[in-house]
Amino acid sequence: MAEKQFTVIDEAGIHARPASVLVSTANKFQSDIFLIHKGRDVNLKSILGVMSLGIGSGEEFAIRAEGTDAEDALVELEKTLQNEGLAK
Amino acid sequence: MSLLQGIAASSGIAIAKAYRLVEPDLSFTKQTIEDVAAETARFEAAMATSISELEAIQKVAERELGAEEAAIFTAHILVLNDPELINPIKDKINTEKVNAEHALQETTDMFISMFEAMENEYMQERAADIRDVTKRILSHLLGVKIVNPSTISEEVIIIAEDLTPSDTAQLNRNFVKGFATDIGGRTSHSAIMARSLEIPAVVGTQEATRQIQDGDILIVDGLTGKLHINPTEELIAEYEAEQQKFEAQKAEWAKLVNEKTMTVDGEHVELAANIGTPEDLVGVMNNGGEGIGLYRTEFLYMGRDQLPTEDEQFEAYKKVLEGMEGKPVVVRTLDIGGDKELPYLQLPEEMNPFLGFRAIRLCLEEQEIFRTQLRALLRASIFGNLKIMFPMIATLDEFRQAKAMLAEEKEALVSAGEKVSEDIEVGIMVEIPSTAIQAELFAKEVDFFSIGTNDLIQYTMAADRMNERVSYLYQPYNPAILRLVKMVIDASHREGKWTGMCGEMAGDELAIPLLLGMGLDEFSMSATSILQARSQIRGLKKSDMAALAEEALQMGTAEEVVQAVKEKLSFITQ
Repeated sequence: MAEKQFTVIDEAGIHARPASVLVSTANKFQSDIFLIHKGRDVNLKSILGVMSLGIGSGEEFAIRAEGTDAEDALVELEKTLQNEGLAK
Repeated sequence: MSLLQGIAASSGIAIAKAYRLVEPDLSFTKQTIEDVAAETARFEAAMATSISELEAIQKVAERELGAEEAAIFTAHILVLNDPELINPIKDKINTEKVNAEHALQETTDMFISMFEAMENEYMQERAADIRDVTKRILSHLLGVKIVNPSTISEEVIIIAEDLTPSDTAQLNRNFVKGFATDIGGRTSHSAIMARSLEIPAVVGTQEATRQIQDGDILIVDGLTGKLHINPTEELIAEYEAEQQKFEAQKAEWAKLVNEKTMTVDGEHVELAANIGTPEDLVGVMNNGGEGIGLYRTEFLYMGRDQLPTEDEQFEAYKKVLEGMEGKPVVVRTLDIGGDKELPYLQLPEEMNPFLGFRAIRLCLEEQEIFRTQLRALLRASIFGNLKIMFPMIATLDEFRQAKAMLAEEKEALVSAGEKVSEDIEVGIMVEIPSTAIQAELFAKEVDFFSIGTNDLIQYTMAADRMNERVSYLYQPYNPAILRLVKMVIDASHREGKWTGMCGEMAGDELAIPLLLGMGLDEFSMSATSILQARSQIRGLKKSDMAALAEEALQMGTAEEVVQAVKEKLSFITQ
């Protein structure tokens, strides 16, 4: 299992376009991947799930991956978050 | 074969297959199913088709609109692949033994209400995306076609009840050869768009969407308003010949695109275009417009749910001014009310909207709306040759008030350090008889007049132009109208000012000789009429037309005037 904490830096929060990128990245991995925000965790392979959290700018969230490629998934997702200027 | 008669909205002839742009019927009922596996397979097939359809649309959108705009389809595809959406639907089919349509609707409704309940406005709007996706899957489950005009890839004629601005914006101009609608008139939005896109169109057929099936062969005759459905080979051949003649004529006129509009005896008049949006500039340029004689700003205010901001307006005005590269642009301030409503202003309904609270009357009352527009115009003025025109002026006092507000806003902008052009001409529309009669007094205070004939005729003849029973009184050639026009032109010239005309009459083959003879300085019309008008004027002698106009002014009826003009014109062409 791998888990890491992030803070949203995109002014618009996690809106449709970056959510798409995030979900597409998560879909590349075997592991179960979750996004945890204010005590709720949703499937990161679900765009509806991610968007339903309505995470705004400045808010904190965590990503947790469980499975054989969990470590790789987390590294890749962190890279995506940074490249997109979405979170740090 | 059959024939529908509509209103000729945009000239030219189109022959192609029908493409119905009509909202599909996606209604269904909840059903209990026996074969769960078959129902699940049906659902999966609909999903697969939806995904490949979206992938195709995404490719087109990326090519036509760019990656940014296409990104929304990526999100839609992800929604279709979303396990949180698919699994609950399959579960429902399995455990509740309901049809896929019902399972889909219940599941997506849950997401829609969740997004709608969110405080963030952006997230609320995502509910629309889910509705869109749901519609697509439903259409495949039900086996009905969902229309998407942006993916049209063969030559078609669009058939619709009416076309909204966003429909028309999505039309692929390479493939849409013409269109026909059930409702609308010559001045409805779709008709104006058709003329600016130079697509033959017939509007107001009443029956088109009911009588025409996808794939029917159609002939749109934009010259007579006829719409032929599945015509005979002979008729198609006849129309093809007609089409060639029309194209040849157009090619002949096109040679005049960079020519000046000079009469045989060397007098110059200006041929300008009427536009509704900055997008119309393409048509103006292609048709050799020497300016914009009427920029109808109300389109900025229509088809939305709140007033446009000052910046939104500024951008639109700037675009038009820059686009015209220093050529004159006459902008008409907000002309709303009458038959043009803005639902969000919630104006009370009136007994006689054409005689009611509209145009400048509304602007002088709702000052903030008016002043916002004036500020946007003033700020844009440094980007070109701006002229401002107030609509529906009935009294000198109204003009003075409007002009004073303009001066106040200018003063405020200048003292705030904003740049404003020093020489903006300020004029009025002459469309109320009281103003035409007092033209001599107005001419001392305005920089120019523009005669709005549609309204001037209906007010002078006291006949509502929308009322069919009195439509015979809509008489552009009635000597009463000609006399008013002459009074206005003469009054402006005596004060060294100029007079233009915007409205159907300025581009009318039979009216042009008379207007030229009376000394009209600027003719403003649909962009597509300009070259024809230029070709006509280049064959006329102004002094002859002055004599003809003088005769016409002494005649008793419109018929006599028309007769005299026709005789004179046939003499010239002989």
